[in-house]
Amino acid sequence: MKEKLVLIGNGMAGIRTLEELLKLAPEMYEITVFGDEPHGNYNRIMLSPVLAAEKTIDDIILNDRQWYADNNITLHTSKRITRINRGRRTVTAEDGSETVYDRLIISTGSSPFIIPIPGSELEGVIGFRDIQDVNEMLDAASKYKKAVVIGGGLLGLEAADGLVKQGMDVTVVHLVETLMEQQLDSAAGALLKSSLEERGLKFLMEHKTEALLGDRRVQHVCFSNGLQIPADLVVMAVGIRPNIELAESAGIHSERGIVVNDTMQTYDPRIYAVGECAQHRNITYGLVAPLFEQAKVCANQLAQLGISYYKGSTTSTKLKVNGIDLFSAGEFQKSDDTEELLYQDPGRGVYKKIVIRNSRIVGSLLYGDTIDGPWYFQLMRDGIDISEMRERLLFGQVSIGDSGHSATDHIASMPDDTEVCGCNGVCKGDIVNAIIDKGLFTLDEVKLHTKAAASCGSCAGVVEQILASTVGADFAVSPAKRPICNCTEYTHDEARSTIAKYELKDIRAVMDFMEWKTPDGCNRCRPALNYYLLCAWPGEYVDDSRSRFINERVHANIQKDGTYSVIPQMKGGMTNAAELRAIADIADKYSVPEMKVTGGQRIDLFGLKKEQLPEIWADLNAAGMISGHAYGKSLRTVKSCIGSRWCRFGTQDSVTMAVKLEEMSWGSWMPHKFKMAVSGCPRNCAEATIKDLGVVGIDSGWELHIGGNGGVKVRATDLLCKVQTQQEVLEYAAAFMQLYREEAHYLDRTAPWIERVGLTYIKQRLIEDGDGRAALAERFYQSQKYAQIDPWRERVEGKEAHEFTPMIEIVD
Amino acid sequence: MSDWIEIGHIEDIPRLGSRVVKTKEGDIAIFRTGQDKIHALLDSCPHKGGPLSQGLVHGDQVTCPLHDWKIQLASGEAIAPDEGCTRSFRIRVKEGTIFLMV
Repeated sequence: MKEKLVLIGNGMAGIRTLEELLKLAPEMYEITVFGDEPHGNYNRIMLSPVLAAEKTIDDIILNDRQWYADNNITLHTSKRITRINRGRRTVTAEDGSETVYDRLIISTGSSPFIIPIPGSELEGVIGFRDIQDVNEMLDAASKYKKAVVIGGGLLGLEAADGLVKQGMDVTVVHLVETLMEQQLDSAAGALLKSSLEERGLKFLMEHKTEALLGDRRVQHVCFSNGLQIPADLVVMAVGIRPNIELAESAGIHSERGIVVNDTMQTYDPRIYAVGECAQHRNITYGLVAPLFEQAKVCANQLAQLGISYYKGSTTSTKLKVNGIDLFSAGEFQKSDDTEELLYQDPGRGVYKKIVIRNSRIVGSLLYGDTIDGPWYFQLMRDGIDISEMRERLLFGQVSIGDSGHSATDHIASMPDDTEVCGCNGVCKGDIVNAIIDKGLFTLDEVKLHTKAAASCGSCAGVVEQILASTVGADFAVSPAKRPICNCTEYTHDEARSTIAKYELKDIRAVMDFMEWKTPDGCNRCRPALNYYLLCAWPGEYVDDSRSRFINERVHANIQKDGTYSVIPQMKGGMTNAAELRAIADIADKYSVPEMKVTGGQRIDLFGLKKEQLPEIWADLNAAGMISGHAYGKSLRTVKSCIGSRWCRFGTQDSVTMAVKLEEMSWGSWMPHKFKMAVSGCPRNCAEATIKDLGVVGIDSGWELHIGGNGGVKVRATDLLCKVQTQQEVLEYAAAFMQLYREEAHYLDRTAPWIERVGLTYIKQRLIEDGDGRAALAERFYQSQKYAQIDPWRERVEGKEAHEFTPMIEIVD
Repeated sequence: MSDWIEIGHIEDIPRLGSRVVKTKEGDIAIFRTGQDKIHALLDSCPHKGGPLSQGLVHGDQVTCPLHDWKIQLASGEAIAPDEGCTRSFRIRVKEGTIFLMV
């Protein structure tokens, strides 16, 4: 017999909880849903487009009746629950019918707060909360002329904008002098006000509404200063009130909302509350992002996994009015212990403010150019020390290295046919349509459905902005704590520390101990765990070839037609006639269709069949060449210029340095690919300052540069330090690589890793702590003892032979 | 004429791995899951023809090595929101010996 789960409230938070639950435990409960509206679950944050007549109700339905049927959920619409009997564990509907529950979710949402003034009960006085309100507003717009919106907050302004679009003459009444004073300071509020005025809205600031006058229908609004204005429609948008009456009448402890703990449980352990009706750690939420986080936790608890807890949400706000870019998060008013960074350009209508405490962002307010909103929000939530980038912070992420998208500000005014994702050819219009039609709320969902930002990821910020400007305040920013993948709730750091602490020594042990949700992981977590184990237990852990991406499994690069390319090692980019002759002979022997000199100064042979690989490797081995590791999350190449051996400007022997570095570090597995370069003088012909580790010869020795990247996001290196001898270069390089190996997340390049942990931290570990540096270097040398085995030779000698031979050939 | 053809033993394929059977109609990828289930698909992703036999096997799916599409091993269907299907072949396992219907 299945347990009975009843959900009161057919809205976004409740249904999201069921969706999450069905993913985790589809067969666990017999589910019944009660909703008092006549529709299936719809996308409440898309009410503004419905009001603007850009969408119909059908367009914004998230779960149609078929969805409930497909998941064996009994749905009762237009049926309000009036009573919960906790003793008998039943709920009673207004028609008197009773339904038994074993577990109950209350998700009754909230109602608009109607100010208790004379006349508030008149016809034509409404809130802005559900489809019925929108229908009334549309109806009024077709018959009447004058509308008054009470409340100049987020919701009020969106309602007012929609009514103006419907051709009404709209006045917004606000109690204080700043619009959206919960999110804006007076400067940004004034900018917003004047651009809304340009769009035809009228404002009455610092006006207190005292009464509404009319016979049956409202006709006038009266204020405390005696002013009286005509109105055929009054929209009250001064706030929302959690719907707690039902819970309270059943004796469930409620304050402003229904009080829940970190598992979303109320004081009755069989009863959960999620969404706008719930009060968690003294806070009630009105935005969708936190509600979805709650839904996830509640579902996890209902599925009896019990490993997920809700710790509250940090929220950001984005006004959903076409053509206005506005972003606000956290604190925006100066206090005694905060500093403000300000940028104002009245000509462009741009205003930016960042509030900082102890070198960390605690709030940001952007008007006119909001492209960096999600970035500041991320920095704020992750508590990143911004002292290194402080002087460039206001100029945005572009100024600290993202060269890809410098021209994309003003998301709202971007035309629909602008290509956003260059890798997959996705335009802004495609993204907006997918967000609306498919009901998407997170960057991950947009990636999955549109492929935008799903390849190189450089447009992720822009996509997140489009998401924000399409769904407004309600978009769900990527959560602060990111699990490795959907197979687990744990993060990369948690997996690493658990492996070390509990001495877990194979993938099965990690998955069992950390209660993986899938039988054998996925293509994201398995390679990560394989790397973490390899790094933690050098010489002891047996590499799991089934958890390696194909390139690392067969030690060659798969190409788009399924053939492979092969790159032999060529230390420092140095070669000679004998090597080149051998390569040429091999190319002839195997009819290699194409060859190329790579960006890392190596020679690449293309178009080889997998079955041929061991033979070709045998020939390369015979000529003294080994695997160049051009395919792995590993040391790739050490590039060099010719340096003082020949160059009339050279100050140092860069070639010898590069060869020594490559001899030391070839074969080492890393969190991601790792590239080095050595230049013999500051002219830097080897382009060392866009490498993970760059070495530049100077008259007095060597400069060491770290964290550069020439790829999607061009990032010049940070100078780590200057040293004098070759031996020092090698030790610092080994220590840096080991620190990266031990602490970066799998698939983090050095650049984002350093930006996350801060250059100060790296310097402290590598420069200030000399003993620590020596120990890191020593651990690197140790692990290299087991890593420097030519994988090509092993396979020539028969290792993993099944990889390179078909199982059978069926001839007829 | 289609027929059951013996193609080898279950131990010829590494667990969570794949081997290729070459036929006149093209390569067929034979997969072995973590639970020792055997599946056969045309070795060509419905997206851009990537060799599925070279992908990572997890659960009852394989991730294509070219662009990370996930394909159901039993049906050959792409996992939503991707859309597409690759041909699947019938498999029979008798005391560890694998037979393929071609």
